[in-house]
Amino acid sequence: MDLASAKVIGAGLAAIGVGAASIGVGYVFGSFLQSSLRNPAAADSQQGRLFIGFAAAELLGLMAFAVAMIILYAI
Amino acid sequence: MAAGAKIDPMHQFVIQPIAGSFEGGNPFVFTNSALWTLIVLGAITLFMLGGMRRELAPQPNFGGRWQVMVEGLIGFVDDMVGASIGPEGKKYLPWVFTSFVFLLFANLMGNMPFGLYGPAHPFTVTSQFTFTGIMSLISFAIVLGVGFWKHGLHFFSLFVPPGVHWIGKVLLFPIELISFLVRPFSLGLRPFIAMFAGHILVDIFGNFIVQGLNAGGGGIGVSILAFLFVAFINILELLVAAIQAYVFAILTALYINDAVNLH
Repeated sequence: MDLASAKVIGAGLAAIGVGAASIGVGYVFGSFLQSSLRNPAAADSQQGRLFIGFAAAELLGLMAFAVAMIILYAI
Repeated sequence: MAAGAKIDPMHQFVIQPIAGSFEGGNPFVFTNSALWTLIVLGAITLFMLGGMRRELAPQPNFGGRWQVMVEGLIGFVDDMVGASIGPEGKKYLPWVFTSFVFLLFANLMGNMPFGLYGPAHPFTVTSQFTFTGIMSLISFAIVLGVGFWKHGLHFFSLFVPPGVHWIGKVLLFPIELISFLVRPFSLGLRPFIAMFAGHILVDIFGNFIVQGLNAGGGGIGVSILAFLFVAFINILELLVAAIQAYVFAILTALYINDAVNLH
């Protein structure tokens, strides 16, 4: 296998990580919605924490994207 | 891939000189990045000054809608800083507000769709890691400066969780240290990658529209689907632009909170 095709396969494998992060983001917003429907009065005060959890989950997907870009363009 | 058409999604991120040239390693070049930074700065200045015109008006006059917009924006960030840092947070409001408004305006203006003529094409300044990286370094410098100024060498107790057995402390210290040192990197990476990935996506699906129309037949259907998808992605991009600015601001406030009130 030459380097060019190995690169493309590697970038495609790295894209799996983005899908995994989407599960995490969905879980964060899903649990927030679930618990805020049970106690709507407390929902507004927890929005900051919601976005912190979202940022942490999303960052790992962005890392996978960065790895794919590095494999494709920087090697 | 369709014959002759080549997708080059990276071309939109190239920094091109407008005045001067890069030849001979000349660093003083007016680029499209510099131009759009100035345009963003001008838009922010106009927006803020427009809202501050009637600040000293008599009491019954609360100012127009514009002033309410500006005051709402400031109040929003002020509430967030107050909730994150506490009563001492007022001192750090200027930087948090600056980074929030700059990222918000730069992200939103980078999403503007007009690209009819070369230099008028919007350049997203936040799609370069140099920009967001420097902003996160400023945040990190504030955290370090405030931490060492207020607490001296006691600042290192940030890395040692309280109420843990000493074996646990020895194990946790390197983990906390590494997670602290990764912060400036992850803080700057987040808005950069979000803008970068979104623009690549829009570019690729925009190319699908043209290629489908060129192919004719069943390609027209692909074009219509791709057009709807591009419209949807653009709406999503507006949401992401606001969320990334908000996340940068709230994380900056939280990191400063760590330095101000150790644990």
